[in-house]
Amino acid sequence: MRKYIPFRIGKQISVLMDKKAVIASFILLLITVAVFLINTGSGEMYISPVDVIHTLLGSGSEMEEIVIYSFRLPRIVIALFAGMSLAVAGAILQGMIRNPLASPDVLGMTSGAAVAVVSFLALFSDKNGSLTISIHWLPLGAFIGATIAAFLVYVLAWKKGVSPIRLVLIGIGISALMQAFTTLLMLIGPIYRASQANVWITGSVYGVSWKQVFILAPWAVLLLLISLISVRQMNIQELGDELAIGAGVSLQKQRLFLLLLSTALTGGAVAFAGGIGFVGLMAPHMARRLVGSSFGALLPTAALLGAVLVMLADLVGRTLFAPLEIPAGVFTAAIGAPYFIYLLYKSRNS
Amino acid sequence: MLTTNKRRIIGLFSFVLLLLISMWMSIIYGYTDTSYQTAIEALTNKNHSNEHIIINTVRLPRALIGAAVGASLAMAGALMQALTKNPLASPGIFGINAGAGFLIVLCVTFFQVSSLQTFTWLALIGAALAAIIVFVISSVGKEGMTPLKLTLAGTAVATLFASLTQGLLVANEKALEEVLFWLAGSVSGRKLEMLISVLPYFLVAWIGSFLLAPKVNILMMGDDVAKGLGQRTNMVKLTVAILVVLLAGSSVAVAGPIGFIGIIVPHIARAFVGVDHRWVLPYCTLIGGILLNVADIGARYILMPQEVPVGIMTAFIGVPFFIYIARRGILK
Repeated sequence: MRKYIPFRIGKQISVLMDKKAVIASFILLLITVAVFLINTGSGEMYISPVDVIHTLLGSGSEMEEIVIYSFRLPRIVIALFAGMSLAVAGAILQGMIRNPLASPDVLGMTSGAAVAVVSFLALFSDKNGSLTISIHWLPLGAFIGATIAAFLVYVLAWKKGVSPIRLVLIGIGISALMQAFTTLLMLIGPIYRASQANVWITGSVYGVSWKQVFILAPWAVLLLLISLISVRQMNIQELGDELAIGAGVSLQKQRLFLLLLSTALTGGAVAFAGGIGFVGLMAPHMARRLVGSSFGALLPTAALLGAVLVMLADLVGRTLFAPLEIPAGVFTAAIGAPYFIYLLYKSRNS
Repeated sequence: MLTTNKRRIIGLFSFVLLLLISMWMSIIYGYTDTSYQTAIEALTNKNHSNEHIIINTVRLPRALIGAAVGASLAMAGALMQALTKNPLASPGIFGINAGAGFLIVLCVTFFQVSSLQTFTWLALIGAALAAIIVFVISSVGKEGMTPLKLTLAGTAVATLFASLTQGLLVANEKALEEVLFWLAGSVSGRKLEMLISVLPYFLVAWIGSFLLAPKVNILMMGDDVAKGLGQRTNMVKLTVAILVVLLAGSSVAVAGPIGFIGIIVPHIARAFVGVDHRWVLPYCTLIGGILLNVADIGARYILMPQEVPVGIMTAFIGVPFFIYIARRGILK
């Protein structure tokens, strides 16, 4: 039995599909759907998964339709996209920097995006608290923030090349700086924005509406597609500088492109779901355990795992202490920080 | 660098002078500027005018707390840097501040504690807890506790505690109101009683650290040398760790988590007097107090009439410094 199946679309795109990866992604897809349905069904009013499917297909009761469509679905869809984006961003970074500890949070991107979002809300609100420019610009703002932070970290960590350790340390520093800026901006801005921002910074999909979904969805889908068709570049980047140059790629250009791709993904996720931490670190690792490190298989698996993680965190946050809501970011950090420590422990012993 | 003891003593006195000046400025300047004479009058011969009340109940405690907390955080940083041989070590980076903060918020949420004395104890226990976790995590593995592992483990633990704290606060808005003023890391709005309630711990830790300084010097030569010279290194390390917890925990109990003082100040002190901890520690005490008071005065002006928590100011000063040290390499 062959391990790989070639998969071609036209002459441009061809991917070797790993059978194990196909099976793993398929199972993960089922899990994602299951979590999606359970999450949609749970809450103050329980709706069984079967009824959820009925409702989604348009044959549920009116009450169920209201609960699902106007309250639950938007936040779950946002959680789904945010999880996918963060996980893929993390996978790209880990491959490019060739360091298992790289992730959007560690490199300060998340906190950079947070500063951008808070300043966006502070700068462009009028006295009545409504925004003076369209909220459609928010992901772009977050993207710029994430890019600036990532750029700062990268440049400051550069000293005849970038060592992973320096990158992580400088990332810690830049994150602290960005957090200070965020707090400062929250103090300058209107009070009600501050309490809003406080929940959001921890990472929460609380209170999102379809409007935000329709802004994030195209952004995330487009970027995820671009990531999928760039897997070849990622695979080559992971071989290391010499081999990549030897293989004939223009290394720095590709690296810049991939870096921008991951900051854009992070920016979109952070703009609407806040700083949900550690997803970009954990999901790619788990995915690599499942399907190995070839990006064709890794990206979809990581994306699904990221989606499951964030949706589960949201589910737990909503239901564990109901009617209180705990931001999803608290739970991802509660799992993620020990995981980070575990990785640290493992990587130092190898 | 000040090479002779005579110069060092002169330096010490200049810093005492600077500390007094910084405290003096902290008393006089702010949203209500007062004058030199009013301040003297308020301290010696107070009447019930607005200015005197401001000075006695707001400004004076603030200046004293700033000096004491700055001094303690700086000493905690110096001791940690010596103990771990890691130039980036400090209570903030190592999760000790976050641990103390977490335990306080946890107990405010579930046990409705509100007395100052309990706050202090909780902060101390939380600080100890975080310190133990970080030390255990970073000493597993073949080559034991390396500076890098210590830094990363500390950051992870700090993130963990911070996000748990955040979760508790979101769940319990009443607690948020009670502890938010404190959690931002600030020396403003504290009563003098708060300082007095932790003063015994501070005093014990300060005196203890000064007495331990010669032993710390020997420890700095490396474990093998220290053992060869007849030191019970584990005993010394444990004592240093307890002192660090006392210093950092009490500081957090009074002022909340204020970062970066513990990183910056020991480096400045070492630039003046080298690595002899008999000198480094007193210099840290003074420079830490000066730096926190100066940052606090800056925090009053940066967004006048609003005040910024001093923790933000120290982050702005501290991060460039942190990056500079990280670039220079922490493995030396």
